[in-house]
Amino acid sequence: MIAADLALTQSARRFRAEREPVWIKLDELIGRAEKRGLKDLDAGELAELPVLYRATLSSLSIARDTSLDAALVAYLEALAARAYFFVYGTRARVLAEARRFFAWGWPTAAQSLWRETLVALTLLLVGAVAGWSLCAGDSSWFSTFVPGELAGGRDPSATAGMLRDGLYERGGHGAQGLGLFSAWLFQHNAGIAILCFALGFALGVPTMLLLLQTGGMLGAILWLYGSKGLLPNIVGWLMVHGSTELLAIVLAGGAGLAIARAIALPGAATRRAALGRAGRMAGAQMLGVVVMLFVAGGLEGYARQLITSDAVRWSIATGMGLFWLVYLYLPRRRSS
Amino acid sequence: MNSPVRTLRTPEGVAIELQLAGGGDRVAAFILDQLVIAGTLLLLTIAAVSALASVRQGFEPVGIIWIVGGFVLRNFYFTLFEAGWRGATPGKRAMKIRVAARDGGRLGFASVAARNMMRELEVFLPLSLLAQGISGEQVDRWTAGAGVLWVAVFVLFPWLNRDRLRAGDLVAGSWVVRAPRPALLPDMGDRGLARLVRCAFTDAQLDAYGVYELQTLERVLREDDPAAIDVTAMTIRRRIGWTGSEPPSAFLQAYYAALRSRQERNLLFGRRRANKSDGSTPPSRDRLDRAAASAKPP
Repeated sequence: MIAADLALTQSARRFRAEREPVWIKLDELIGRAEKRGLKDLDAGELAELPVLYRATLSSLSIARDTSLDAALVAYLEALAARAYFFVYGTRARVLAEARRFFAWGWPTAAQSLWRETLVALTLLLVGAVAGWSLCAGDSSWFSTFVPGELAGGRDPSATAGMLRDGLYERGGHGAQGLGLFSAWLFQHNAGIAILCFALGFALGVPTMLLLLQTGGMLGAILWLYGSKGLLPNIVGWLMVHGSTELLAIVLAGGAGLAIARAIALPGAATRRAALGRAGRMAGAQMLGVVVMLFVAGGLEGYARQLITSDAVRWSIATGMGLFWLVYLYLPRRRSS
Repeated sequence: MNSPVRTLRTPEGVAIELQLAGGGDRVAAFILDQLVIAGTLLLLTIAAVSALASVRQGFEPVGIIWIVGGFVLRNFYFTLFEAGWRGATPGKRAMKIRVAARDGGRLGFASVAARNMMRELEVFLPLSLLAQGISGEQVDRWTAGAGVLWVAVFVLFPWLNRDRLRAGDLVAGSWVVRAPRPALLPDMGDRGLARLVRCAFTDAQLDAYGVYELQTLERVLREDDPAAIDVTAMTIRRRIGWTGSEPPSAFLQAYYAALRSRQERNLLFGRRRANKSDGSTPPSRDRLDRAAASAKPP
């Protein structure tokens, strides 16, 4: 054993002895933050966190080059990673984040996805026109667009009187079950919207088919009531919630198509980078869609059953539609 | 232990090594989370039923809470946990893995939401197609079979790319990494240092091994299994021709301390010997050799 070796060993031990308190302190702070969140640390500890983190990072790079203690290097590696996620990875408080989302994040996402959303809207309208004109040509098409269980007797063989009664009865549910009905509608529609978005990853073809199908159903129903002279009445009945719900479906379709577009046509960026960007925007749009469908569920469950005046139905429908369009597409100032 | 390693370059310029989470860990975490969700739904239902029994008129609020709560649980359980400070659901935390942004930045709530909505395509759609294929309702078996084959692409996605990304990870710009929480262990060289006075190893004896053997010896000493200690001590004695009469563990502690001092010193001179067959006489290697050796990744 050479004396120089021993001297070096002493310096390696000193390295650890000198810096160990920093690691232990950081370990303790991060451990608490991981268990109970950053709010568990007081102001002094929060200020200390980045300092301890940087000191540990420097220990890590020294240890990597000079120490052959595998356990020590593994410990520092893990500790540095844990601290990194806290120093650079954590966000502001939930409430601030939510406010930012509604004030800025959602409208901005919707605006940046306007092309895809427009395509989704076009597909829905094409479906509606096709549904209407096919049924107008041959009424046997109706059952193709509107499955029997959904139609519930509302088919071309029904009389105008029957159809009219259906629009103005105060719900077969009675005022009692309306909230429950709303909740059910919400979770059902939101599930479909999320699927519509996720299918965008399959190059968007299923998303487009879903939009066309929904449009076709809409067109067929409008034709049915239109052919009995009940067009304004059905529009009021459908659009009380439909102006919100259909817009939400179009937005979900747009989000799905944005994913599809990033995969198929990533442009100058790599496919991964394009997908990451599109995913961030589409994800924000989808969170908004869930909120809209919640509102739509309430309108469909309550408002449609309780309000039987066409004028009020029409004004709610127009009001809601305008509200969403202005809220989402009014230009925003760029913030942070 | 042999999961792929990715480096994360911090703004401070130090690269932190992250290990990608294994497929088994991720599947186990997912199953755990589904159990938690199912358990919570069950509790919610029990609470709803008992609330119904006690307040006779209030059927509706209970039903609404049940439906909306179930929806939020099914669709936002993952998002709420992964967007939080841990970046992990309870299941992921139990498996010591977490979600992180691939670029090292913040993973926003929207990205995490997108990541988890994709699961609809990766898990629930295949399952429902499979169920339809088995029951033979609505669509015929061949159509369902073709559907299953088609969605299998998305199910198998993590095995088809080198970063083990699932479709949701691609969309969110995230990946799933291991998040171990090792304890700070004592230095195994400390105890041996005191014994070095009596064990004077020669340079040749200390050059018998490389870093790999040193760290294997470290593990043997930490695990402290008498049988392993005996075998290791015997092997090393034979290789370096040691004739001292110390007990095996004392000999190993001393040899470890000496070997590590020696190798750490060499490290300072830019000589890193990976293992015992990496060059026979490290001190006499010329500069060119050394440069080549240090350029090699560890």
